[in-house]
Amino acid sequence: MTSLTDKDKATVKALWAKISKSADVIGADALARMFAVYPQTKTYFSHWPDMSPGSGPVKAHGKKVMGGVADAVACIDDLTGGLQAKSELHAFKLRVDPANFKTLSHCINVVISNMFPKDFTPEVHVAFDKFLASVSLALSDKYR
Amino acid sequence: MVEWTDFERATIQDIFSKIDYDIVGPATLARCLVVYPWCQRYFGNFGNLYNAAAISSNPMVAKHGTIILHGLDRAVKNMDDIKNTYAELSVLHSEKLHVDPDNFKLLTDCLTIVVAGQMGKGFTGEVQAAFQKFLAVVVSSLGRQYH
Repeated sequence: MTSLTDKDKATVKALWAKISKSADVIGADALARMFAVYPQTKTYFSHWPDMSPGSGPVKAHGKKVMGGVADAVACIDDLTGGLQAKSELHAFKLRVDPANFKTLSHCINVVISNMFPKDFTPEVHVAFDKFLASVSLALSDKYR
Repeated sequence: MVEWTDFERATIQDIFSKIDYDIVGPATLARCLVVYPWCQRYFGNFGNLYNAAAISSNPMVAKHGTIILHGLDRAVKNMDDIKNTYAELSVLHSEKLHVDPDNFKLLTDCLTIVVAGQMGKGFTGEVQAAFQKFLAVVVSSLGRQYH
């Protein structure tokens, strides 16, 4: 949608510095919430033996997703380039409908607000939401 | 007709009995105007909306945020007929206020995030699901009279 300003990038990096040690928990919680609130998203994981919150697959996958977010923070100056391999993965192998990126982003925002209410001010929220939108766009880059 | 489980009914009543309307209302509208600045188009006469600090301390935003949140009370009290409960308000938003109904979802997403920040551990995934289901019904009802 819009490009990230220097202020946006600084805000995202500052927030990430505060929350990154809880990344695994954030990822697992965001995924579990996404499954609860948007059950259609479970269709991508029908091969999992267990989709319940706190289960092995959910925790492992939450960790993987947030690892991807960490990578995005690291390549925030060139998201399209830095996330190219991940885009190809999502485009050709996983084939996740990009509408779901917005859904998961919302759940990540909810978890951060829930766990870090004092830090997730409106100003931080808008910068982080812009960042997640940019990441989603970069992830969709190779789709067609 | 929307089907509500006992858990969903109890959860909605619980949330709205716990939140402080004078905190959550203003915080929600302010957050919406900061995170989705195009929503400011509906508040041209609200004075200073130039930056996040101005928005968050604007008394007209605060007052209106509380009004909006209390507007949800009607749905909380009439969960089995939200559609008709909001028929008039839907006409108002369409004919008089000319609000793009896509904006309703932006506001309710902000409300979810504010409530998540307020409720801490009580805001579980199941509670969030019930809350967002309720808000989705509200949003749908408010958009229903547009033509």
